[in-house]
Amino acid sequence: MSSKREKAKIGREKLQRIIEMCRSVEERSLDPFLVDVDQIIAVVREYFPEWELPEDLCLDAETIHRLASVIKLQSEWVKHRSTSLYTDPFLLEEKIKSMNGEEMVKVFFKAWHPIVELEQISLHSLIESMRYWESLVPLKERWKEFAQPEVAAGSATREELIRERILRDKAFSEELESFWQELKNKVDEKGSDGKIRYWDFVGAETYEETVRRAFMTSFLVTYGYATLEIRPLEEEIFIKPMEKPAKTTKKQLVSIPIAVTVEEWQKWRGKSK
Amino acid sequence: MSKRKAYYASKMKRATHMLFYRRHKKPGVKGWELRKALGADYPKVLSILDNYLKPLDLQVKTVFEEEKPVEKPTLEQLDKARFYITLRGELTPKEAKMIGWRIDDLAGLAITIAYIISKKGKAPRKEVEELLRDKLPGWKVSLNIDRYIRYGYLTQDENEQLYLDWRTRAEVDQKALIDMLLKGEAQTE
Repeated sequence: MSSKREKAKIGREKLQRIIEMCRSVEERSLDPFLVDVDQIIAVVREYFPEWELPEDLCLDAETIHRLASVIKLQSEWVKHRSTSLYTDPFLLEEKIKSMNGEEMVKVFFKAWHPIVELEQISLHSLIESMRYWESLVPLKERWKEFAQPEVAAGSATREELIRERILRDKAFSEELESFWQELKNKVDEKGSDGKIRYWDFVGAETYEETVRRAFMTSFLVTYGYATLEIRPLEEEIFIKPMEKPAKTTKKQLVSIPIAVTVEEWQKWRGKSK
Repeated sequence: MSKRKAYYASKMKRATHMLFYRRHKKPGVKGWELRKALGADYPKVLSILDNYLKPLDLQVKTVFEEEKPVEKPTLEQLDKARFYITLRGELTPKEAKMIGWRIDDLAGLAITIAYIISKKGKAPRKEVEELLRDKLPGWKVSLNIDRYIRYGYLTQDENEQLYLDWRTRAEVDQKALIDMLLKGEAQTE
């Protein structure tokens, strides 16, 4: 049993490595023939019987998808080589380096046919613009309508600012910490495996409150207080509180858009009742 | 003047206004715009105009949506294509100066375009910068690439890969450029 698990673990690692390799070939325009397609297919085939969980099957599908992209690049490479436009980049680089600027420009002039474009004012457009100018109300008169009454400067208390919603009654970090605590409590009460369905956490009695909770949740995730677990096949999103806030890394963050629409909220309300 | 001649003369005048004067942010006119203004036989109007422009060393250039030139385009392809007036022949270095290009900047553009073509239409910006740094001062390299992007010769994606953009497709005979570079036809002038 444990050797089966071990094999699955090694298989996952191998597939991850293949995905990374294919991705770097795609993104960094490396030679697609660096990828040995037969060998990769053999690896995918070897580990396929081990996959039982949907996540593993997704990983398998992702590997095939990435491999297909590399095969497409290989086919484009062959097509390009067979066209008359193909030039060995090394040969060309050498040529470019050996030519001086003036020679290069002379060659370029033979292949360059710049676009002719004009910008010119016509009598008609001049007359039109003068008419417009005549009918234009002076700024002084136009801005009168928007003139704001002058208010004498004064001082405001903290309570007044909270009432005006300029300040909150708690600092944002405090609010976030208590929201994090609330998430932990909810997971203990209603969650399983240390996580809770996203909508079961953000959903509230009113739509406005739901939006506020979704907004706060986004900060919980961004600042490392919680993490999201997405199951694309089941279309489910779970939120999992961290024991301690995770340190922000220099790795590129990924944005996950989650629609919090009235329809979604109503659907959740219907289910939760 | 016969009725038919007068008809085409007036259409040609309209086409000239549309093609020479910039109407949008980018120069050039889409085929469907020409069809709307000139009627269904706009390809014929453009062909007459092209003949008319020949002695003036200008031409009507068609750039299709597909990257490669189309031999017998359908009406749909023409509608989606973009039409420009370009120089038919060649500029001399003196003339290039008159239209605001320094020789170094033009050479940099030529190298960049040639390099991207040889790399199947896509090259990492870093590689291009390294290539240009060989002959241009370092501070100028990045500025120049940004300028080529701004003018529409190049475009760049989020992974800092450079591609050829609409202006290169409209203005540069890519095959001729590569052929001449490899043959080293610089000494012909």
